[in-house]
Amino acid sequence: MAGKKVIGVLALQGAFREHQAAIERCGATAKKVRTREDIQKADALIIPGGESTTMGRLLESYDLGHTIVERSRAGMPIFGTCAGMIVMAREIPGYQQYSLGIMDISVRRNAFGRQLDSFEAELDIRNISDRVKGVFIRAPFIDRIWGETEVLCEYMGKTVMARENNLLTVSFHPELTEDLTIHRYFLSMI
Amino acid sequence: MEEKGSFVVKDGLAQMLKGGVIMDVTTPEQAKIAEEAGACAVMALERVPADIRAMGGVARMADPTIILKIMDAVSIPVMAKCRIGHFVEARILESLGIDFIDESEVLTPADEKYHVNKHDFKVPFVCGARNLGEALRRIGEGAAMVRTKGEPGTGNVVEAVRHMRQIMDEMRWLKGLPKEELMTAAKDLQAPYELVLNVAARGCLPVVNFSAGGIATPADAALMMQLGADGNFVGSGIFKSGDPMARARAIVAATTYFDDPKVLAEVSRDLGEPMYGIDIKTLAPEEKMQDRGW
Repeated sequence: MAGKKVIGVLALQGAFREHQAAIERCGATAKKVRTREDIQKADALIIPGGESTTMGRLLESYDLGHTIVERSRAGMPIFGTCAGMIVMAREIPGYQQYSLGIMDISVRRNAFGRQLDSFEAELDIRNISDRVKGVFIRAPFIDRIWGETEVLCEYMGKTVMARENNLLTVSFHPELTEDLTIHRYFLSMI
Repeated sequence: MEEKGSFVVKDGLAQMLKGGVIMDVTTPEQAKIAEEAGACAVMALERVPADIRAMGGVARMADPTIILKIMDAVSIPVMAKCRIGHFVEARILESLGIDFIDESEVLTPADEKYHVNKHDFKVPFVCGARNLGEALRRIGEGAAMVRTKGEPGTGNVVEAVRHMRQIMDEMRWLKGLPKEELMTAAKDLQAPYELVLNVAARGCLPVVNFSAGGIATPADAALMMQLGADGNFVGSGIFKSGDPMARARAIVAATTYFDDPKVLAEVSRDLGEPMYGIDIKTLAPEEKMQDRGW
């Protein structure tokens, strides 16, 4: 369990405050991270929703990407939501954009459509809960997995949650609901 | 089971824009520059506010062809403006599949009394406000996001600062009031009582609040973030400047690292000419866009 560990929330752009609040509601400690030093000090990292191209540009400009990749290889637990999923992916078909490329997944951007197709739905997550509310905002989904990645949840036949050892990712936004199931699951990985 | 167009998903997109910069663009090429520079969304327009101001006449919703071309050019959310109260322009924008509608004082109002009933739409709306009462009236009508009005197209941040401080001051004031005074506060603010209760209890707006109207430099963007903005709209400030790409990147970085003067100093260097600004005092009352809407 998380104990006294510090969960870093990448605070470059997007819904980072909501993740921080969710982690604190779980009784753990969360801290916004914006620099290499911040990332070095964190015991785990959440990459929030937002715009993946914006985060990618800042990760690249401020040379934060290398540090996250190194920490990830050393086993730091990382949890990405929505844009965070795209930033973690090894492949983003059709787009030339910066990503960390740490997780063996291929992610399709805006895969459920534009904002008018954004939706809420109830999800059944393998061995975790059969009733989690998922808020999907211009959401991506996982097209293909390989290596040690396993699928944890599908919606309408599309993979919307997966785990690869220390890496966890979801297409939706648990930080926008009151339900702490997914954050608690991430904390159990630490 | 699956629900689309709910307030949760409208608010959800606004939440994802936080900490970012939404840039006005008039061509697909500009939209690509904005995306490449790190904009979290773009506003598709026929003319930026500085040009609308210069041209005069009636400013209306952009030609759908321009909007669709911009939607095709980028992967980030695309917003567009409709005139205040012009619910038909709003329906047209919604049918194009736009991601967000700005019911904006930058365009000439179509209705001097009523704004659009935004609850009726599946697409989220953002509206301008100069004070808390105005922000809460727009939220009461269904806006999923608000922004300061500032004074668009001037490159002068003073009005955005005034409006942001006003909203923040009024929220601090509400938070300190005893319950029996809140109904009178609602009457004075001309705001819905339920929303006044919500702000008094939480001390912040129930939706995302950006700054807009005069932001022209990285320092302006960081100033607005320090005053409590959740993010920045930059209209004429980028594509009316000497080097749009460099300035756009710098404003994106300044919005993220708003409290780090070293980063701000670094990104403020060698940006070329900023847009030419206007002193608000030289504007005649009828030239002020912020007084449009109520």
